[in-house]
Amino acid sequence: MATTTTPSTRLSSLPPAAGRAGLRGVLASELTKLRSVRSTYWTLAMLFLFSVGISAAATAGTAASFNNNPGNKAGFDATQVSLFAFFELGQLIIAILGAMVITSEYSTGMIRTSLTAMPRRGVVYAAKATVFTVVTLIFSLITSFIAFFVGQVMLSGTGVAASLFHTITIPANAIFNGQGPGSGPPTVTFQGTDVIHASTVLGAIIGSALFVTVVALIAFGVGSIIRHTAGAIFTVIGMMFVVPVIVQAALPNDWKWDIVRFMPDSAGRVMSVTVGAANPHLWSYWPQFLVTAIYAAVLLGVGAYLFRKRDA
Amino acid sequence: MIEVRGLTKRYGAKTAVDGLTFGIEPGKVTGFLGPNGAGKTTTMRCILGLDYADEGTITVDGQTYHDLAYPMREVGALLDAKSVHGGRSAYNHLLCLAQTNGLPRSRVGEVLELVGLTDVARKRSKGFSLGMSQRLGIAGTMLGDPQVLMFDEPVNGLDPEGILWIRNLMKALAAEGRTVFVSSHLMSEMQYTADHLIVIGRGKLIADCSMSEFISRSSGASVRVRTPSSADLIEAVTAKGATAVMSTDEEGAIEVRGMTTEAVGDIAYEKGLRLHELATIRASLEEAFMELTASSVEYHAAVPTAAATTTIGSGV
Repeated sequence: MATTTTPSTRLSSLPPAAGRAGLRGVLASELTKLRSVRSTYWTLAMLFLFSVGISAAATAGTAASFNNNPGNKAGFDATQVSLFAFFELGQLIIAILGAMVITSEYSTGMIRTSLTAMPRRGVVYAAKATVFTVVTLIFSLITSFIAFFVGQVMLSGTGVAASLFHTITIPANAIFNGQGPGSGPPTVTFQGTDVIHASTVLGAIIGSALFVTVVALIAFGVGSIIRHTAGAIFTVIGMMFVVPVIVQAALPNDWKWDIVRFMPDSAGRVMSVTVGAANPHLWSYWPQFLVTAIYAAVLLGVGAYLFRKRDA
Repeated sequence: MIEVRGLTKRYGAKTAVDGLTFGIEPGKVTGFLGPNGAGKTTTMRCILGLDYADEGTITVDGQTYHDLAYPMREVGALLDAKSVHGGRSAYNHLLCLAQTNGLPRSRVGEVLELVGLTDVARKRSKGFSLGMSQRLGIAGTMLGDPQVLMFDEPVNGLDPEGILWIRNLMKALAAEGRTVFVSSHLMSEMQYTADHLIVIGRGKLIADCSMSEFISRSSGASVRVRTPSSADLIEAVTAKGATAVMSTDEEGAIEVRGMTTEAVGDIAYEKGLRLHELATIRASLEEAFMELTASSVEYHAAVPTAAATTTIGSGV
């Protein structure tokens, strides 16, 4: 390190540049930023391990329970059970990354270096959001599919495992016929059938990934408004978990569903369903998804406005 | 060429920069001086568009910084060496900066070599010493091979070796004809590097002049004269508006203030006075600077003396 002699500042000459620096370079830059910090790998690894691990544990446990309670097979949503950890817990984990992608720029001071290199803030914000969205969506889709497949492997042989390749039927209802011989499982008679189309299963898998991605964008928007990691993460937890639970528990039954429909977390529960009638209190797949997407759009928009307007 | 016109920036009720106007000439090292809290960093942040000016305009080569086609090819700026994500390696930090301006990846290795960080290029920068962080920051400013470089207090907190390195670097940059705009609250630091000075205090311009002008026109500069006819000379220069007293440090010498060496010599010639010595006594820069900014230091340890704002070289 003892370079105390007069440094040479001669560098090779740069190729001439035409046009102006724009979105393309900043997209590459934001991808470099995302892939060059450990927190990205930590959160994505956590997302994957929790989603797939809990899917495996939950489906294996359920498969084992069918021996003692065969009646549980009736109306069993194998798809939703395998995806539950991903969209319920995964949204929290990805929210941490979504918030940190932007708040870490402020907590480290990197934002000043970033905006000095590229002063056109709208471009920086758009590139950051785009790169994060694409990476999150791809990773969420992979995680969602793997969580699904691992879950179905655990359920194989039970007759109620979901399939992406053909339509399956499962019993709709089970009638309990009393205790079986000895201490064996009870005998049940199944009635009716639920038909589960492969397209519905595909919709649940992709829908869960879309939901998780949009929650990640909610966190990104909140992060760009609050500019503080812990504050942003707590706000998102409040929005996605605390407020919806309070609304559901505290409001009177006759009108609480009118509020629940507008909660950002409701889409996850609608989009992952493959068996039985839809929840009559909530909207269907796309309209309920739109509610969450509107939260994300508004927060991203406010975040973009403040990102441009405030002193860095 | 950076032009700052009527820049005013307020943070809440506090005015950090107040109607500041100055230009930075190309191909020179311009020192940006002022006591702590004078508004140097704020001014630099406004030039770069990190903070928005409340009033006034700032242009770089006739354009706002925001509109420069490739900002890093025009201006390399380092305001705070710690403004990096410590979890990112030096190489990746520089790479993500280079990519924003479409600069080739090979450039990263070159600037790392330039600042002597090649060996730690793959190390996360949170483990860097302040000196190494400073080098990393400077590497970033050089990515685009810019004509204009801006450094905010680059030697703050560095060890002597680091200070020497920065000083030599600035000289080398200037020798290549680049424009260097560097701030400091230490006059002594500027002494070695700056050609031109912009001095501010409490957000206002105090002086904008060349280094030599700053020295000679500050009230600390005086002319020392020795002559057998002391009384006559004192009378002659006093008549022309200068103040002259017998020197307290050196016996027989007269100390003339408010007049150049040339003027004193001419007067002596006209009056037919024999001179034995005629010399400019330079006040130390630190003294001149302290005197100049005395009234504008934000937090005084003692009650400030009566405001004696001296404006030098700004055409007043």
